[in-house]
Amino acid sequence: MAKGRVSVVVERCKACGFCVEFCPTHVLALSSAFNSKGYHPPHVIHPEKCSGCDLCGMYCPDFAIYGTKVPAEKSPEKAGGEK
Amino acid sequence: MKADPHGVLTGTHFMDGDHACCEGALAAGARFAAGYPITPSTEVVERFAARVPTVGGSFIQMEDELAASITLQGAVWGGAKAFTVTSGPGFSLMMEHIGYAAMTETPCVFVDVQRGGPSTGLPTLPAQADMMQARWGSHGDYEIIALCPNSPQECFDLTIKAFNFAEEFRVPVMFMMDEVVGHMTEKVVIPPADQIEVTPRKHTHKSIEDYLPYGTNGDLVPEMAHAGEGYKFHVTGLTHDERGYPNMTPQTQDKLVRRLQNKILSAVDRICLFEEDRLDDADVVVVSYGITSRVAQRAIDAGRARGLRVGKLRLITAWPFPDKKIVELAAHVKAFVVPELNLGQMVREVQRAAAGKAKTFAVSHAGGGVHNPDEILNAIVEASRC
Amino acid sequence: MLNVLDETVNPIEPFLRSDRMPHIWCPGCGIGTTVNSFVRALIESKVDLQSLALVSGIGCTGRVAGYMKLDSFHTTHGRAIPFATGLKLANPKLNVVVYSGDGDLSAIGGNHLIHAARRNIDLKVICVNNLIYAMTGGQTAPTTPGHATTSTNPYGTFEPAFNLPHLLDAAGAVYVARWTTFHVRQLSRSISEAFAKKGFSFIEIISPCPTLYQRRNKMGDGLDTMKYYKEKSKVKHGAPTGEVGLTLNGEIAVGKFVDRDRPDYQTMMRAQYVETLGDRYLGDEVETECVCG
Repeated sequence: MAKGRVSVVVERCKACGFCVEFCPTHVLALSSAFNSKGYHPPHVIHPEKCSGCDLCGMYCPDFAIYGTKVPAEKSPEKAGGEK
Repeated sequence: MKADPHGVLTGTHFMDGDHACCEGALAAGARFAAGYPITPSTEVVERFAARVPTVGGSFIQMEDELAASITLQGAVWGGAKAFTVTSGPGFSLMMEHIGYAAMTETPCVFVDVQRGGPSTGLPTLPAQADMMQARWGSHGDYEIIALCPNSPQECFDLTIKAFNFAEEFRVPVMFMMDEVVGHMTEKVVIPPADQIEVTPRKHTHKSIEDYLPYGTNGDLVPEMAHAGEGYKFHVTGLTHDERGYPNMTPQTQDKLVRRLQNKILSAVDRICLFEEDRLDDADVVVVSYGITSRVAQRAIDAGRARGLRVGKLRLITAWPFPDKKIVELAAHVKAFVVPELNLGQMVREVQRAAAGKAKTFAVSHAGGGVHNPDEILNAIVEASRC
Repeated sequence: MLNVLDETVNPIEPFLRSDRMPHIWCPGCGIGTTVNSFVRALIESKVDLQSLALVSGIGCTGRVAGYMKLDSFHTTHGRAIPFATGLKLANPKLNVVVYSGDGDLSAIGGNHLIHAARRNIDLKVICVNNLIYAMTGGQTAPTTPGHATTSTNPYGTFEPAFNLPHLLDAAGAVYVARWTTFHVRQLSRSISEAFAKKGFSFIEIISPCPTLYQRRNKMGDGLDTMKYYKEKSKVKHGAPTGEVGLTLNGEIAVGKFVDRDRPDYQTMMRAQYVETLGDRYLGDEVETECVCG
């Protein structure tokens, strides 16, 4: 069960790749989807590996992604949310 | 509101214009100054440095005028009434920040004790050659208010007026002294604090949610907040909207810059102060300001003694220029005589406002001394004959 | 705009003027990353946000003031520090941060930088150093390393660059540190340490400018630069600041270089007045009633 979840603010993303590169557990990859500016935002490919450390959020220069810890009792259906 | 007694040196004094200006600032409620030494203005801040620790507040001598001219603005946004003092070369350095004060609507006073120029010029001798610079020195379209004292007493009284205008209109006010007025010693009467009227900061009473830093309620001057009060507002020199956010479009530019202009121009009747004497039957009007007005007085009296119908219009407010008064006079006088310690600056305004309805005679002086009254009298005589 | 599908909130969001997002910084620019570290430091240090004022100058980093939901001032080029000085002197209770770029702080603002450090004015200065004048199109800055290509040195620079930690150390700053945008957590910690100190603190953050510096020097994009920082950085706490200068391709010394204590400007000012004036000294606080009625 994932300890954390990632939320992506799709419209802010400029696909710099920092979050993908620096996630310690390689949870993310750039998707093939486009936002309205034509960038490929990241998506979660290994949700079970997310620890909620928020390094993605710390690195993101566009405030377009962040990780949060999932409260222990909850078991989320999907550990990623898109905004 | 009444002046804070802490800053009012009530009594009858024998002091020079620079010192009187400092006392005027303290009486007006100034509790912060940032300065840089430059003759003939330095005494203003030297006195402030000596006085302010026992009044409450602080003074800092900055590393240059570029710093001084914006440090005082930081202090204003931190909650103080603040000013700086300089002369020609420093005034030139301060121009960018005068524009910043105009754009951000930061109430403050810039004192320029004018000396001979251009460049290093005549550091210890008078001139009145920064008058156009006071109005146009910074880039872009903006309005300022400029006042010209002609005595140490006026250096006290009008400095208070300068601060009051600054607060009322949220505008930088240029206090245009000259080296003679700054360094002449005369009687200065400082009244009790409760006889001195001081304009409070136009501070907002709105809630944090409702407050717009550059929104106006129909009047043209927005309400201010200070840093540290929870308003979390933004101030920028970029063209901005009512939220204070940069908004760089022609529409926002038009709205903002015209308001900055209109807030002053719509109040010219209140802002334009002048002294007039014997204008009703005048053929010739001598228009002067600052120390030159003291010399002109002699020439005007001499002219009257000779039977010439000469009147006096002394500009106390130089900017905005009192167009209306000149227009009114131009309708019935033959000529204006404009003596200045420069090669023709305010005379251009007189000429413009007169619009050809009356002649204009400049009595220029390159600076470094004051006119001989005869020079002005000769011009009055010549003007009377036209 | 945000289309909230879950109940989580970006910890950064309350500190941003969300109505102004997205910001103007380029893809791969590191300024936003520095803001994350800054906000983390604010949260962890429990800094009172109401009494925090942010002052910036002109340039890409200068735009930080406009994006943060604080009392923020976007001032003139090079003059954030004197403006911040005025704020602090008029209201000593304010916690004043200067957030600006290398060109703004060390070129046109250089004089104010060294004097404020000399005086030990209680300011926290965050200097984002992208080694270039970015906003205006990529001109040489005093920090541009030798032989880099810029728009005003199209054949390569040949001037020695400023070693900013060395400059600030010599000028008297009480806290001097350098990190890169790769070092997000260490940077945050440094900023927290600066908040805990009284006096002039200077934190330099080496940051990518992929559009201009990196592109003109064929150094890849923002991500390539972050990997470069990771590879080339060496943590050297306490290193002699004379030895931490940057070169075009060399090692990037990071860490805390200076952490010392000396009385700040206002402490010295008050002590002097109390000593010379005794009871006659009425202090430096400005009474609100005197200004606002």
